[in-house]
Amino acid sequence: MGSPGFDRVILVALLCGFSCPSATADVTAAVAANFAAPMKSIAAAFEQQTGHKVSIALGASGQFYAQIRQGAPFDVLLSADAEIPRKLEEENLAERGTRFTYAVGRLALWSKDPQLVDSKGLVLGSDRYQKLAIANAKLAPYGAAAREALQNLGLEGRLESRLVQGMNISQTFQFVSSGNANLGFVAWSQVFNDGKLISGSAWLVPEMLHSPIQQDAVLLKSAARNPAARALLNYLQSEHAREIISSYGYSHAP
Amino acid sequence: MHPDAWPAILLTLQLATVSSLILLLIATPLAWWLSQTRSQWRGTVSALVTLPLVLPPTVLGFYILLLLGPNGWIGQITETLGLGLLSFSFTGLVIGSIVFSLPFAVQPIQYAFETMGRRPMEVAATLRASPLDAFFSVALPLAKPGLLTALLLSFAHTVGEFGVVLMIGGNIPGKTQVVSTQIYSHVEAMEYARAHALAAIMVLFSFLVLLGLSRLRRNGERVVS
Repeated sequence: MGSPGFDRVILVALLCGFSCPSATADVTAAVAANFAAPMKSIAAAFEQQTGHKVSIALGASGQFYAQIRQGAPFDVLLSADAEIPRKLEEENLAERGTRFTYAVGRLALWSKDPQLVDSKGLVLGSDRYQKLAIANAKLAPYGAAAREALQNLGLEGRLESRLVQGMNISQTFQFVSSGNANLGFVAWSQVFNDGKLISGSAWLVPEMLHSPIQQDAVLLKSAARNPAARALLNYLQSEHAREIISSYGYSHAP
Repeated sequence: MHPDAWPAILLTLQLATVSSLILLLIATPLAWWLSQTRSQWRGTVSALVTLPLVLPPTVLGFYILLLLGPNGWIGQITETLGLGLLSFSFTGLVIGSIVFSLPFAVQPIQYAFETMGRRPMEVAATLRASPLDAFFSVALPLAKPGLLTALLLSFAHTVGEFGVVLMIGGNIPGKTQVVSTQIYSHVEAMEYARAHALAAIMVLFSFLVLLGLSRLRRNGERVVS
């Protein structure tokens, strides 16, 4: 005879066979490109734990906004900002009360040169670099944060001739990682992995120098009845998911 | 090759095959008209056909998305017909690819018809061939190198497109993710090895297509001379 535990498994299997055929479901998550790597780890852990299947569509948050307004079949949105989920909720395209901050981005001043960036970011005011890459402040939350930090450091206006602008934080990162700009304001998550700097030298810009770079998630209207989508959003707030998120260089909402 | 790559590769090949075959059917009569007509609309139509060549793909993709969406006129037609929305589906990708690659299909065929001149058709007419008969038995065979060039170019161009398919398709794995958008996803997820592998295949493939094209062109010249 089997153990009581084994019987219970059979019982659950039998019950599910008759009454809950759709116990596991698919979730299509629209994920801001900068969160690609942590989301893949989180989705893998979530799939293993729940049996649901997560399909990750990567793109830019603004592009997702346009697509969701045109009826895109996404269940949840993990935006790179707080603005787009809020707008979707206002326009009745997202479920009210499901919005939350899943990660807070950290800004870093980074160079491929291991000697260039000091622990206080004093290099910014020096003439030891030719080009400083920064994301477009209008399009990218990291760009807006970098502008704010420059302002608070009293450097705004003095560096204009040396600035090169990326359309988004990925492009800004590529300017620096390809060596075309000696220095750049990038996302800490792009240069930090598994508790250490991937390469070069960096200064983690103190959070008091700019407003928080909140990344919000929201359940989309079309998935209001998809339990797997809700489960994924809950899982994003779990202890395990938060650990993964921190290990990729993000902090959390207070 | 990672197993996740196959659905995207397969979808890309399907999309390119279907799009380039449909393009051939649309572009041939269009190119014939453009090569023969003396209509005042010729310039306008020609400019419209060439437009996708100069428009940024994401802009093109955005407006096709709006057209196919619930408030766009194509979207409203497909919804009243009970077809639902075509955006974020294979059909939507095909529509986007056709618009995007239209100039690459029309121009080589039009060029072939124009270099052929009016003489072969006039000869066919004196032999009492109907215009339709003459088109199929004289013009089309003579334009064969142009047709093949159009087919290969629009196939290769569809394989290489990114902005339009990202916008209309949404980059959904297994549904609308093609090789180019999968490369983008790998780069964003810092999975560089997998991005490099796919990109290498793409470069090799495109190179072979272009090599085939130049062979084709040389053979075509030999036939003419």
